[in-house]
Amino acid sequence: MRREPFEKVVELHGPTVLRVCRAVLGAAAADDAWSETFLSALRAYPDLRPGSNLEAWLVTIAHRKALDQLRAEARRAVPARNLPEQPSTHQLPGGWESDLLAALKALPLKQRQTVAYHYLAGIPYADVADIVGGTAEAARRAAADGIAALRRTYAHARHDRDKEGESS
Amino acid sequence: MMTTPEPADGIGLFAALPEVDDEAQRRLHARLVAAANEAGVLDVAYRTVDTPLGSLLLAATDKGLVRVAYAREDHDQVLEQLAHRISPRVLRAPARLELPAREIEEYFAGRRTLFDLPLDFQLSSSFRRTVLTLLPDIAYGTTASYAALAAAAGNPKAVRAVGTACATNPLPVVVPCHRVVRSDGTVGQYIGGTDAKKSLLSLEAAA
Repeated sequence: MRREPFEKVVELHGPTVLRVCRAVLGAAAADDAWSETFLSALRAYPDLRPGSNLEAWLVTIAHRKALDQLRAEARRAVPARNLPEQPSTHQLPGGWESDLLAALKALPLKQRQTVAYHYLAGIPYADVADIVGGTAEAARRAAADGIAALRRTYAHARHDRDKEGESS
Repeated sequence: MMTTPEPADGIGLFAALPEVDDEAQRRLHARLVAAANEAGVLDVAYRTVDTPLGSLLLAATDKGLVRVAYAREDHDQVLEQLAHRISPRVLRAPARLELPAREIEEYFAGRRTLFDLPLDFQLSSSFRRTVLTLLPDIAYGTTASYAALAAAAGNPKAVRAVGTACATNPLPVVVPCHRVVRSDGTVGQYIGGTDAKKSLLSLEAAA
């Protein structure tokens, strides 16, 4: 089977995988997860089964790398908790990005994962379930709960701030 | 399969998370190339270099320069062929091709008459490879005929095969197939086009 040069894979799927890593791990840790994902993928690429869905394959690797990182973080964990989630003082659009990442970070891991894999990478729930474990229905429910929570926290804050912006 | 899922809500919940972050992609790409190099899994590195004859694609394996391609060969297609014939572990890695790029720039500036680069001839086999390895013996600024080259390769009747070897030279410019011309003095075919061949010959004649 003809395989595209890996450079094309990075070009086509790199941005989506980065979005997914950021949503699951936050901006700082996302770089490491992305790098490990693509290095692993590059190693395995010549043996990838023909006809595989590249993006789902990459997200599956990223999922494992993210779990490795979260476990390593937990091992390192000092009692000091995550940095307090302060509302960003930046203006658009950077501020919204950190607000969104903070809101995502507040979600339970399974919700963050299912939201990222389905809504950011466009992976169907049946395949999301293969990645995170459990049934497709459970994956759909976790994502729906995650979206509902994001609407309550992030979207709400955003709405209020938009109004402020209009009146100033 | 890339299905766009139904929007999460009316306002685009994830709009704040950039779909493409060019700065991050550049940083991560460089990091990937460095890590791949270190791990020995960057099988084909490539870059382009601008020349008076247009953009040249340069590709290298760990053995050396393996491919030079003119824009008319379609760089994307050449990279696909490399992925197929050598390895799909192909990445744009300019630093790994710094030496060939510099020598080619010097050559086009008229400051270099000899390439001093490790070469990987794996894309050519048998007789073609024999012919290619003879080409660097044709001195800068001179030419040889297809017939003379066939004789030098030990098969005086193989004039056409020599023509094919030159026409399919995976390393034009560096392996000087442009110095092989017809016995009647006309320049003959060239992978970069006849005009490119004439340009190279006059560049070398002028230096």
